[in-house]
Amino acid sequence: MADPRKTELADVADIWLNLWPGSNVALLNGMMQAIIKEGLENKAFIAQRTENFDELNKADYPPEMVSKITRVPAEKIVEAALLYARAAKAMIIYGLGITHHTTGTDGVMSLGNLALLTGNIGRRSTGVMPMRGQSNVQGACDMGALPNMYLGYQPISDSEVRTKFEKAWGLSLPQKPGLTSCEMIETMQQGKIKGLYILGEDPCQTDPDTDKVRRSLESLDFLVVQELFLTETTNYADVVLPAASFAECNGTFTSGERRIQRVRKAIAPLCGKENWQTICLIAQAMGYPMSYSNPAEIMDEISSLAPIFGGVSFKRLEGNGLQWPCPTPGHPGTEIMYTEKFSRPNGLAKFNQVDHKPSAEQPDDRYPLILTTGRRREHYDSGSMTRRCQGILQVWPEEKIEISPMDAQELDIIDGEEVVVRSRRGKVKVKVRVTDKSPRGVAFMAFHYQDALTNLLTNPALDPIAKTPEYKVCAICVEKIPQEAKEVVRK
Amino acid sequence: MDSMISLTIDNREVEVKRGASVLEAAQSVGVYIPTLCYHPSLEPFGACRLCVVEIEKMRGFPTSCTTPVAEGMVVHTDTPQLQQLRRSILELILTEHPQTCLTCPKNLNCELQRVAQYIGLNEISLPQLYKELPVKEDNPFFYRDYNLCILCGRCVRVCQEIRGVGAVAFTYRGSQALIGTAFDLPLLQAGCQFCGACIDVCPTGALIERSRRGWQALPERSVLTTCPYCGVGCQLRLEIKKGRIIGVTPELEAVVNQGQACVKGRFGIAEPIHHPDRLTTPLVRRNGKLEEATWEEAISQVAQRFTEIKERYGPDSLGAFSSSRCTNEENYLVQKLARTCFGTNNVDNCARI
Ligand code: SF4
Ligand code: SF4
Repeated sequence: MADPRKTELADVADIWLNLWPGSNVALLNGMMQAIIKEGLENKAFIAQRTENFDELNKADYPPEMVSKITRVPAEKIVEAALLYARAAKAMIIYGLGITHHTTGTDGVMSLGNLALLTGNIGRRSTGVMPMRGQSNVQGACDMGALPNMYLGYQPISDSEVRTKFEKAWGLSLPQKPGLTSCEMIETMQQGKIKGLYILGEDPCQTDPDTDKVRRSLESLDFLVVQELFLTETTNYADVVLPAASFAECNGTFTSGERRIQRVRKAIAPLCGKENWQTICLIAQAMGYPMSYSNPAEIMDEISSLAPIFGGVSFKRLEGNGLQWPCPTPGHPGTEIMYTEKFSRPNGLAKFNQVDHKPSAEQPDDRYPLILTTGRRREHYDSGSMTRRCQGILQVWPEEKIEISPMDAQELDIIDGEEVVVRSRRGKVKVKVRVTDKSPRGVAFMAFHYQDALTNLLTNPALDPIAKTPEYKVCAICVEKIPQEAKEVVRK
Repeated sequence: MDSMISLTIDNREVEVKRGASVLEAAQSVGVYIPTLCYHPSLEPFGACRLCVVEIEKMRGFPTSCTTPVAEGMVVHTDTPQLQQLRRSILELILTEHPQTCLTCPKNLNCELQRVAQYIGLNEISLPQLYKELPVKEDNPFFYRDYNLCILCGRCVRVCQEIRGVGAVAFTYRGSQALIGTAFDLPLLQAGCQFCGACIDVCPTGALIERSRRGWQALPERSVLTTCPYCGVGCQLRLEIKKGRIIGVTPELEAVVNQGQACVKGRFGIAEPIHHPDRLTTPLVRRNGKLEEATWEEAISQVAQRFTEIKERYGPDSLGAFSSSRCTNEENYLVQKLARTCFGTNNVDNCARI
């Protein structure tokens, strides 16, 4: 288990690699070097199913050097590497701790390298699996809610694909790739984006550098937000459309294991419309004939346009759903991918050696601590749902910044004390939890509460390829509130 | 096939996989054997002894949950002797279990009632004992009324075996035996994660969600769906009464979660969905303030303003954020809306966030 923080998983792990935030790639390279040095790489798998191994082989990450970057003892890195390499079957499960970095793509590629090096892919109980934080992250991407892909990862740059969609949708389609959500926010203030429709997202609470997000949304000519509740983002909306919750809609979600499962309407939509109906109404009012009699029909259109969903229909989703790719109506779905071939033209997986790069923002004298952010088990994202659950609020009533006992002592701060946390972008007033979950020099906050908007602090620097922000590392300082100031506040 | 075993249960030929228990073999052909400590998710425990059977050429009354099947076995599940044995066990249990069924939230949905129905009981000859334990209300999600507890140990085992938590355990022994936390700490401090797994496996009304207390608790219908929270895709059964969600039970048969859920799916759904803060009508900003509007007004304003912006600044001045909390069908329509009506590829979801 690799995590800078002593989480509950650290307690049950055989080996806990307590690495320094931002050193994932170095750690993984060190593990791979240790495996190669012991001759534990899977030579047959590398020869038959991969290419470009030499590049990886040449990389130079001796455990001692890796230990300096990651601050994990060299023996522990070697021990973990050998444990993984010697297992008959080993699986890598990762979360946003890998991806929420300016080196997020590099981190994921390194995980791929590690799995390929040991042949731990394409068999049951092996592979590289991202844990999906939201019910339909997988599906939202699968459906082509992406600026460069249509449905089923068919690139918009492929003219044959585009022609297919033009024919199906009955008009000519834009060729220029679009912007990601962070890039749209980035360019709003330059006036490039003037009108925006947001369905079920709260960037003013969940995107990095809240202040910038607010200014960007403010600069829009017209903002429509469709939501369950009023949120930080609806403050900037010109029109707010009520949304139906998952319990009020028919449809499907796709889980992290590519399993398409039914969402079934349990109660009538409180606002009178299911969300698909609202979207159709907007399209119709803009003069485009979008109409369906039910979500099953939408799924039929989806399966007709994307080979990987060719065999999917609501009827077939009864029971335990279907794992895509499922190309034909008789196909049972695909439980394990890459059993014989990888999805590259020559069917081989390619090693991509990547090097360690430091995080975009480093601690300095002014901002000496690293803030890493995440979620708490009981809460969900912006908290708009879980903060409205009395029981959960009793378990986690408020946000607290978690700092180590050593840091607390140096800052002369005690557990429960209110402090001001500052970064180059903003400040937040929040109480402290002193805990050995946080290593010295690293603080932790979640972002579930409206009265402590953690993302006022975070760094909007993006991974150059995936455009994922660096939520996991930014530099902060924690300031004690002087006694007099507190008294003034009290009065 | 040599991995299959043939045996006879109550004069019926049964074929099951090697390694199955006699109980599982009986269940596979619909033969009911009463059980209380057995649960399909848990290791066999052999504690309640209600599942005793007679097996020809075997001495005594083995518990079917712990006896593996063997080729040619001849099993009887319902003989006068077995019924007598079960009756005495049940009688012992019932002398310590208050007969307050009519006010118990588990009424008509209770495994103990089911077992009593099957076995039948003429009288309880032993004196009734009432433990007089205070109901534990030490957490915001469920009550623990150990007066109703029959010490089957399912809660202890699910918490340890499946959840890996071990928040509750047997405390004391013998006639003093009780389920509880270490040092009788409140659950919150005993490491409980409020997954609710113990409630789902409890065969009695000892563990009951706060939302279900009292007799209003039987749902009219239930709807199987996918949890709206994380991407594991747990299958949950929403229990509905009078148009409201009154309970959520994770689905035992689902391959994804096999009867498990986390605190959010288990306890975090009904309240936000029925919260008075829910938006139910469109809002339109007038003089700087969001005010209620009709659907027609709101939709036509949306269409009109987007069209104006598109005409004035071009299609790429529009964009859409879809949501990884919305269904596939909704996501598909949002990107279709962006690409057809807006005429731009500026569409993304919150996967990166
Ligand atoms: S709710 Fe879950 S963690 Fe808590 S006692 Fe029950 S099974 Fe254990
Ligand atoms: S509380 Fe319920 S599950 Fe736990 S031992 Fe008692 S009866 Fe069995």
